Amino acid sequence: MDAPTSKPEQNAADAFLQGGASLRNASGPYFGSYGGRWMPESLIAALDEVQDTFEKAKADPEFIAQLNDLNKNYSGRPSLLTEAKRFSEHAGGARIFLKREDLNHTGSHKINNVLGQALLAKRMGKTRVIAETGAGQHGVASATAAALLGLECVVYMGAEDCRRQALNVARMQLLGATVVPVTNGSQTLKDAINDALRDWVTNVENTHYLLGTAAGAHPFPAMVRFFHEVIGEEARAQILDQTGKLPDAVCACIGGGSNAIGLFHAFLDDSSVKIYGFEAGGDGVETGRHAAAITLGRPGVLHGARSYLMQDEDGQTVESHSISAGLDYPSVGPEHSYLADIGRVSYEPITDTEAMDAFRLLCRTEGILPAIESAHALAGAIKVGQRLTEGKADPSEVSIIVNLSGRGDKDVETAAAWFDMLDEDGNVKGTTLSTRAPKGPAERGSEDQRSTEDQRSTEEQNR
Amino acid sequence: MSETTSKSAAAIDRAKAEGRAALIGYLPAGYPDVQASIDAGIALARNGADLIEIGIPYSDPVMDGPVIQAATTEAIANGFRVASVFDVVAGITAVTDAAVLVMTYWNPVMRMGVDEFSRRLAEAGGAGLITPDLIPDEAAEWLEASDKYGLDRVFLVAPSSTPERLEMTVKASRGFVYAVSIMGITGTRQAVSGSAEKLVADTHAAGAERVCVGLGVSTPEHVREIAAYADGVIVGSALVAAVRDGGVDAVGKLTKDLSAGLRRETAQA
Repeated sequence: MDAPTSKPEQNAADAFLQGGASLRNASGPYFGSYGGRWMPESLIAALDEVQDTFEKAKADPEFIAQLNDLNKNYSGRPSLLTEAKRFSEHAGGARIFLKREDLNHTGSHKINNVLGQALLAKRMGKTRVIAETGAGQHGVASATAAALLGLECVVYMGAEDCRRQALNVARMQLLGATVVPVTNGSQTLKDAINDALRDWVTNVENTHYLLGTAAGAHPFPAMVRFFHEVIGEEARAQILDQTGKLPDAVCACIGGGSNAIGLFHAFLDDSSVKIYGFEAGGDGVETGRHAAAITLGRPGVLHGARSYLMQDEDGQTVESHSISAGLDYPSVGPEHSYLADIGRVSYEPITDTEAMDAFRLLCRTEGILPAIESAHALAGAIKVGQRLTEGKADPSEVSIIVNLSGRGDKDVETAAAWFDMLDEDGNVKGTTLSTRAPKGPAERGSEDQRSTEDQRSTEEQNR
Repeated sequence: MSETTSKSAAAIDRAKAEGRAALIGYLPAGYPDVQASIDAGIALARNGADLIEIGIPYSDPVMDGPVIQAATTEAIANGFRVASVFDVVAGITAVTDAAVLVMTYWNPVMRMGVDEFSRRLAEAGGAGLITPDLIPDEAAEWLEASDKYGLDRVFLVAPSSTPERLEMTVKASRGFVYAVSIMGITGTRQAVSGSAEKLVADTHAAGAERVCVGLGVSTPEHVREIAAYADGVIVGSALVAAVRDGGVDAVGKLTKDLSAGLRRETAQA
């Protein structure tokens, strides 16, 4: 990484460390030298309209009341803050608290942002929303909000992700959305955003682009953050209530970074609180197969914002890799790049293996099945807990909040494959299907013999 | 618009002196390979194109439709490197009089360094840059480098641009202003949108001396229609499809057909 800390960042860091300036409520378009609007002129008027509508709505008590009502009576907010006592034993004995965004309607934090933006779409008189999705969480949330508010919804999803998350494709379709598989480029999240932008520039008159993360052109990073700030506001009040003090650290996973910025925002000015963002390290950052944009990227522009970006010597975007479709993005929201440069937030990579170990650990110790995205934050929290409790007589004095940004039901198939729970036909071992004769090389008999056995086992099942 | 050394303005003015609009043809660098793209560019110039727009293949071309996406994806797969664009520009300017601009998304320029990129483009004989995802608001570095190296900076205006933005964009531009005919991405269309004529008039009224129209322009009929009110006509996807289907010869033939539509029916100075 050869990005120098430029002067504005240094000034901001100095001001913050001297206790003078607030890092909260940064309005954009720039976060230090990041952010902005690196966008076709055709879309500038639409971005202005979104910005104008958002600013007015934010100041309108009626809009805020409408949003709060949906958050409470539709999403189920406030989400719980659950202490993970058995899991904590693996984090050096630090007390780990889970911010339960997995319990929101649709199963992740994504609903916070889509309800806000869908209300804005209505205010702008748009009849159609489009969205990109990686893991399908944002697509499902967008389809949900569109159904609720009577908007047409089209979701762009990389063809590769459609295969990885077929169940979520069906969910979106059941909710009335059209899912468009994207076959360009790497067929993942970044290419879905490209196609959504192409749709937007063509249909901008009646369409709002419901961007799912705190990235993209101004006003999206600041606006998406605003709709997720509720995560951190609730968590801060809840931890004060449960422990009587601020946490020592807060942790979240980073793809584009919306769940993270939502949690971090409430703590940015609490200088005693360490803040950690965990990027997808994939096979390990040294392998090149990862999605750790801040750790190993360098500043560039993609999808409308200047931010850390995984790119080659020619400025071509490098394909990212992660077991988690939701973190499989080669850039990151611009506010995170800024917070990294000024040193307020530490960003570290977590490998697929570390994330999946934490995934299983949470299942086994707390009875909670996390999204693989969130498992990156859990794996990071284990490391942070071990670090912060080192040499402490009473490790339980250390408390850490982890954003459990989503539930893992969508990831069951990926996890089953990872933990070798599937037979060679892709069926779960130990189910009735595995009563078939094993197909190991030693048992390979004639085809006739095997099909007879198959028939027999089928007959047994049918009885 | 400042005019002092603009190669693009000179090329458009030569066409105007002949009583016609200028023809601007787009081709991606390195498609299907670097030499073939030089040959296709030369064929463009020799068959009636006044200006040539050489696109840099990029991994995330959000303003491009399927034809150009497919071509640039193939160029990258064939090993295209960004610095080769200077070879393409030099290869065309060495043997033709056409003004050669580079059309590029911004990140490859930023990665090389705006000053370094500009220096090498000028050295290759390039006229300037067309920047589909760079608006003047973000272009401080490019404004400086283009002044330093005497390069044209062609920004885009769209039917959605406000009067304030039109004026600001016209002021920042040099050479000509690129008027996007329709809200959308590149690709051939049945008809050219009616919004183009109004946009050209508004852009002229905002102070632009030269306004050229692109997006969805693919036939001699489109060219004839636009040549009646614009200073130049930009054709992209149709030429790229010609390269794909018939190589250099097909490019030459299509260019000749397109240029037949340039002459204005009502004679002008």
